Amino acid sequence: MTQPDNHWLTRPNTIRWLWIGGCSVLAATVLLQWIVPIKGYFGIDGWFGFAALFGFFSCVLMVFGAKVIGKLIKRPDTYYDV
Amino acid sequence: MFEIFPPALALIGGALLTAMISSRQLRAVVVVAAPLICLYLIWQVPDGVVLKGAFLGYPLELVEGGPVRRLFATIFAIMSATGAVFAFNHARRTELVAAQLYAAGAVGVAFAGDLLTMFIFWEIMALFSTVVVWCGGTEAARAAGIRYAIMHLLGGVILKVGIEGLLVSTGSLDIRPLAAHDFSTWMILIGILINAAAPPLSAWLSDAYPSASPTGSVFLSAFTTKTAILALILLFPGESVLVGIGLFMVFYGIFYALLENDIRRILAFSIVNQVGFMVVAVGIGTETAINGASAHAFAHIIYKALLFMSAGVVVMRTGKHLCTDVGGLFRTMPVTMWCGVVGALAISSFPLTSGFTTKTLISQAAVDEGLVMVYFLLAAASAGVFLHAGIKFPWFVFFQKDSGLRPKDAPWNMQIAMLFFAFMCILIGVYPQLLYPLLPYAVDYHPYKPGKVLFYLQLLLFSGLAFFLLLPWMQRTLTISLDADWLWRRGLERLVAFGAKLGKPVVETAQSKVQQGLNLLTSSARLTMGHNGPLGRSWEIGTTALWIVLLLMVYVFAYYLF
Repeated sequence: MTQPDNHWLTRPNTIRWLWIGGCSVLAATVLLQWIVPIKGYFGIDGWFGFAALFGFFSCVLMVFGAKVIGKLIKRPDTYYDV
Repeated sequence: MFEIFPPALALIGGALLTAMISSRQLRAVVVVAAPLICLYLIWQVPDGVVLKGAFLGYPLELVEGGPVRRLFATIFAIMSATGAVFAFNHARRTELVAAQLYAAGAVGVAFAGDLLTMFIFWEIMALFSTVVVWCGGTEAARAAGIRYAIMHLLGGVILKVGIEGLLVSTGSLDIRPLAAHDFSTWMILIGILINAAAPPLSAWLSDAYPSASPTGSVFLSAFTTKTAILALILLFPGESVLVGIGLFMVFYGIFYALLENDIRRILAFSIVNQVGFMVVAVGIGTETAINGASAHAFAHIIYKALLFMSAGVVVMRTGKHLCTDVGGLFRTMPVTMWCGVVGALAISSFPLTSGFTTKTLISQAAVDEGLVMVYFLLAAASAGVFLHAGIKFPWFVFFQKDSGLRPKDAPWNMQIAMLFFAFMCILIGVYPQLLYPLLPYAVDYHPYKPGKVLFYLQLLLFSGLAFFLLLPWMQRTLTISLDADWLWRRGLERLVAFGAKLGKPVVETAQSKVQQGLNLLTSSARLTMGHNGPLGRSWEIGTTALWIVLLLMVYVFAYYLF
């Protein structure tokens, strides 16, 4: 069933360009705030790059939090089978 | 017969026909046509109570129209029709019948004018959704279906207790805004929240939905939790406790979905997460917030069903249901992949998708009320949704490693259903003005302000960056996550075992004392009634006669004296 995998999307070169393209888009969304001001509702949310940092660190916190919670509640997937 | 034909009857009729028709082609026509007829009937129902009845002497308002009721019924009917297109060629007949009756229950709840009518349709939903779970056909589905039924029957009993209490205290069964201030109203609220999958009683959802068939979980994703949201909108708008409960649901869904390995269970947890947004909105309770909850429920049913369709096709085609077993499916399943991606973007409220035009209404409601914490927590949760559903689902299923699997793409009918819902996600995202006029209150909201779009783009795209940077931490493992249902699936058993262990010395002492008493009794009986005992041995006739005479004398004396 397995076929040799040479899909263009999986080639290292493509992945490198995807990273470059992705990072460029990320930078553009932040830099665009010079041209398109974000009208914050509560002051802080209108700061330059706030949403980017807020989104990034919220996710870091959530992944870290899930890791900690996982230590307590994760069990083998056969846990209820026995 | 009726001035207004109750829309739910179209689905009930469709279910009966589906059960009777043996031709697969004709059955396909019925399962798709019945919800469309239902949709037509929904739009014939004017505002106000239009059909009354009576049950056990109680007056019933069987059909009551209204904008929010019509909106929910509309999406239930659309969902039922599209789900039928997706399922008719693959689902068992029992599942198609049960799914129609389940949808009929949801439409019935939407138009119920009183609590008793609502309760009857509520229980119809519980009953037939359980059948849909059982149609998964596996031992896991059977067990999960039983747990699901127990939880919903319990929720139904709690709801009924509240309804009876309210009837006794107020004399009215009308559906009207209530406040959770006494036992009865709390019982009603708890009964509804159980169906909304609010923790701690939310595990039924992530337990049962992934156990259903690939087609069954599509139907399951749509009705139960959203009728609960409608019930909250009608009965508890502005109930402040809902804000806290909703926020808890939002983050519960994210954390559990992040830890999950089962493809459809990730989506099940994200239902709890998304319903949490709606519960928060109902708790805020302003016109914008209720519009937000209604619009988000409408959009959510579409993109969540789309995600479950995409996941269902993967499960059906590969026979695998874990992230660790799939990957790289984009090569041979482009339609399923793209539809899954559209659903994932919509759930993440990406600009130009339905989630953006509906979820931001809820955030706007928080802003309008000056709820700073709620606003920022919802923004963080939006980033979290992109993390756990927006990227995690498509990435682990269609990309990541090459699993070597080369399954065929979805069958034609499944592709049609998925493409239609993907189109709807984008349509509502691009033209929200198609949905806004259907909302219960007038909408004065413009989602596409450049600053707002940029804010969400930054928020979401940088969540994406966090996902890929933290990918080593996100790799899935062959694990499950314990939930509150551990208490009755394992905890009770452990408690009994622990109690037995704790009581063992007491029981042993009691046993030995009883044994000693029995031994004493036996030896005494042996002494008196054995072969040589005074009552057991054979006596001579003379001795016996002497004893009889003596006893008679004692009796005569006693009689004479007393």
